[in-house]
Amino acid sequence: MTFNEFVFYTFSAILILAALGVITARNPVYAVLFLVLAFFTSAALWMQLQAEFLAIVLVLVYVGAVMVLFLFVVMMLDINLDRLREGYWNYLAPALVVAGVMVAVMVTVLGGRYFGFGEMPAPPSLPAGYSNTKELGRLLYTDYVYPFEIAAVILLVAIVAAIALTLRRRRDTKRIDPARQIEVRREDRVRVVSMPAEKQD
Amino acid sequence: MEFLGALQGLLGPTWLAVWTLAKIVAILAPLLLCVAYLTLAERKMIGYIQVRIGPNRVGPRGWLQPIADGLKLLVKEIIVPTGANKALFVLAPIMVMMPAMAAWAVVPFSPELVLADIDAGLLYILAITSMGVYGVIIAGWASNSKYAFLGALRSAAQMVSYELAMGFALVCVLMAAQSLNLGEIVRMQQGGLGLLNWFWIPLFPMFLVYFISGVAETNRAPFDVAEGESEIVAGFHVEYSGMAFAVFFIAEYANMILISTLAAIMFLGGWLSPVPFLPDGFIWLAVKISFLLFCFLWFRATFPRYRYDQIMRLGWKVFLPLTILWIVVLGAWMQTPLWVWWK
Repeated sequence: MTFNEFVFYTFSAILILAALGVITARNPVYAVLFLVLAFFTSAALWMQLQAEFLAIVLVLVYVGAVMVLFLFVVMMLDINLDRLREGYWNYLAPALVVAGVMVAVMVTVLGGRYFGFGEMPAPPSLPAGYSNTKELGRLLYTDYVYPFEIAAVILLVAIVAAIALTLRRRRDTKRIDPARQIEVRREDRVRVVSMPAEKQD
Repeated sequence: MEFLGALQGLLGPTWLAVWTLAKIVAILAPLLLCVAYLTLAERKMIGYIQVRIGPNRVGPRGWLQPIADGLKLLVKEIIVPTGANKALFVLAPIMVMMPAMAAWAVVPFSPELVLADIDAGLLYILAITSMGVYGVIIAGWASNSKYAFLGALRSAAQMVSYELAMGFALVCVLMAAQSLNLGEIVRMQQGGLGLLNWFWIPLFPMFLVYFISGVAETNRAPFDVAEGESEIVAGFHVEYSGMAFAVFFIAEYANMILISTLAAIMFLGGWLSPVPFLPDGFIWLAVKISFLLFCFLWFRATFPRYRYDQIMRLGWKVFLPLTILWIVVLGAWMQTPLWVWWK
């Protein structure tokens, strides 16, 4: 076994254990932390495939941002574990069907003619000055610029939709907008009324 | 050198691992010493700013104070609160410490002196430092305490918000430097004009945004609502004592040194000399780091604490639009002959 293989099998074992932990952990906070570990080890595996940009971005985006928000939400939830476990046997049959279909799909794809070990050779060793990041950036902004822009627009639409769905204005808050406060002029607040003097008696 | 050659022959294939470990120790041991003496410097400096002397009892003029503090924390009892999640309670300080140490792997101290001269160094730093927030959240949650949890929520929200502004400020740096490699970024700032060649001139707003975000990112005053003694006692580490607390403390100061080092490398020319007639070297980097660290302490002694909504407003509504605007300005500027920082 070469050193590379040793590293690969170690990280794969950790990855599989962490993935199992995600679905078996009783405490949802543990499940999220196992998922973080799974992302981190898969980043290490991608690094071995010489995809260092993707590996680092996986850590940066998923571990550094998405999972933090996940953890945030999970910690705030008051989850009753017993109620979650209710109806385990009722759900088991449909779950097994879904799992069976997923396994069948994976086997057809991975076991097919186009995805064997022969079709996927190990990445060639690259020259010293080769920059994965630069190459990826060049490809994204030249050959694949339209798909890239379309993906960006779709993401933008998703952001706008998510904000529009959750945005609600509360009318009963006493929040003050400093900009509007500064803009106030005398005429908005004070009305000078001219009225004739009245007699005392 | 001959001795090293003999050692290499003796160790055979394990040589690389042993040699790398030795280099890691050679970076981390001075770092921890710096952390220890940064705490003393902080207490002394804030003391002088407030017209008092500061620690002056242990050793000559108080110079052994950090050693005494370290020993005291080592022998103190670690108390685990009832109802705390013990495994995560112990894991949290480790999760804070790990990124604060691991990020130093790609920091270049001089043209040759860098542990891992990788091409995507800046990305690596961003990815690793973004993991520090886990320790904080886990610490707050595992402590089973209201104050700790509130502190953790505040701190996490703040760190996530300011990471964005920081990331966009770094996008400007990599646009100007045309590289993600930290050593390459320093080399792009080399030139005949000394300190006028450094990126702090074209990227001045980004330098400010980066440094202020760095202060917020490390939860230092005036952005230290996560600790907020007057409201939530000490924030996420209120339940920690002894060495477990010390690890949080060391990580915070190591992060301060890291932010200062990165600001010095990316905006102040790293190891480059400010005037052309003096030689470049590590000493200049040390001077720049010390100055930025002094600013950290100076801020703490000067500014009152921000209100929480003001912190969020500054991060999301001021810094983030400013950084995005500057990316556009910089992109346009670099297309004109007015951009004189090309190599």
